[in-house]
Amino acid sequence: MITIVDYGMGNLGSMLNMFKRIDVKAHIETDPEIILHADKLVLPGVGSFDAAMKCISQTSGLREVLDQKALKECIPVLGVCLGMQLFTRGSEEGRLPGLSWIPADTTRFSKNSDLKVPHMGWNVAQPQTPSELTVDVGIEPRYYFVHSYCVHVDDPAHSLMQTHYGIHFDSAIGRDNIYGMQFHPEKSHRFGMQILKNFAAL
Amino acid sequence: MLRTRVIPALLLQNESLVKTIRFGKFSYVGDPCNTVRIFNELEVDELLFLDITATHEGRSPNLKVLSEIANECFMPLGYGGGIRSLDHAKSVFDIGFEKIAVNSCAIENPALITDIAGQYGSQAVMASIDVKSGLLGKLTVCSEAGRRKSRHDPVGWAKEVENRGAGEILLTSIDREGTWQGFDLELVRRVTDAVSIPVIAHGGAGSIEHIVEVVKNAHASAVALGSMVVFQKKGMGVLVNFPNQKKLEGALR
Repeated sequence: MITIVDYGMGNLGSMLNMFKRIDVKAHIETDPEIILHADKLVLPGVGSFDAAMKCISQTSGLREVLDQKALKECIPVLGVCLGMQLFTRGSEEGRLPGLSWIPADTTRFSKNSDLKVPHMGWNVAQPQTPSELTVDVGIEPRYYFVHSYCVHVDDPAHSLMQTHYGIHFDSAIGRDNIYGMQFHPEKSHRFGMQILKNFAAL
Repeated sequence: MLRTRVIPALLLQNESLVKTIRFGKFSYVGDPCNTVRIFNELEVDELLFLDITATHEGRSPNLKVLSEIANECFMPLGYGGGIRSLDHAKSVFDIGFEKIAVNSCAIENPALITDIAGQYGSQAVMASIDVKSGLLGKLTVCSEAGRRKSRHDPVGWAKEVENRGAGEILLTSIDREGTWQGFDLELVRRVTDAVSIPVIAHGGAGSIEHIVEVVKNAHASAVALGSMVVFQKKGMGVLVNFPNQKKLEGALR
């Protein structure tokens, strides 16, 4: 059973739809008491960094439960889009510290280039460090992205996939039981299905 | 690198899919759910649903049909038609759509763009601009699917929606819509020159060459296809289809 954490940021219906389609049991949950019993967590998120960190800290007990599950019990955790950015130390988008689960920073795409920001549309993610999350993703898998900030990990071993948009950034990251992806697997046809199947099989 | 998005733009009329010529001459295309299943299998980049008579007929978004669509689709989804308030937008976002197009209501109440963008981010708000030429060929922005003229010219209005927080512009040439004649390149170029947000060109696509032309020569960020994806050929029967992905990718490279 996968628990999709609803902390008030974004569109969870489509994530649930995708799990349903691949026959994986999942539910959306807001209550930290119930999240405490989860055996896999997905942290989605659309919106701004500080608003998301505030939502997490304002839900009594949520931060503690998330840290407990990710860092002490070490259950598989997946952050999607903004959800993944929260796993870093912090973001140029805001001033609040992130969850710091993976040594990485979130930075803005350069304003000096001709490229339009947000990076919106379909782009390729190239597998880097081999991981169970990226098994069978195929050659040149493509995913749907919408974001203005991107993640750079300190240690290349934590980079599972990279994407190029003016610069190279880490579009999928992983450290032990903690995973993140910048793109939206729930909006990425069979390419996204495969990666969510992989997560469900962990 | 980022692919150019090629987006089927499907016209909803309440619970049916229809196709028009210059937003008139409605013909029935089919059931929305069966159609999206085909687009799912064809792995199209994105889907856009427009209920062009909703505002005129005083209808709100048909949430039943939209949720059936969202349950079938694993690609980005946009909806426009009859969105008059933040609550309407919220109900469509909650179903699993990530973009809302506002048109008639934004002309009456441009603050709606800012309100939706403030809550859901600019990337979630598409300003839909319908353009029609008058007797002397002067282009004007229209509401209610071309029924009402506004006081705006396309370039000025495009700048305003950008300033108010729209994340992209769906630019429709009503004169070309359903005609297979190619895009209004001049119109698209004038708008893409004036704004820095992505512009989706819509109205007139009849071939891959038309798509390439509007992307390369008029700098559209994305392209919306209507007749091309629901009919076999001009004047022929319904066939839900999509240009060959490899061919398209090669042509746009």
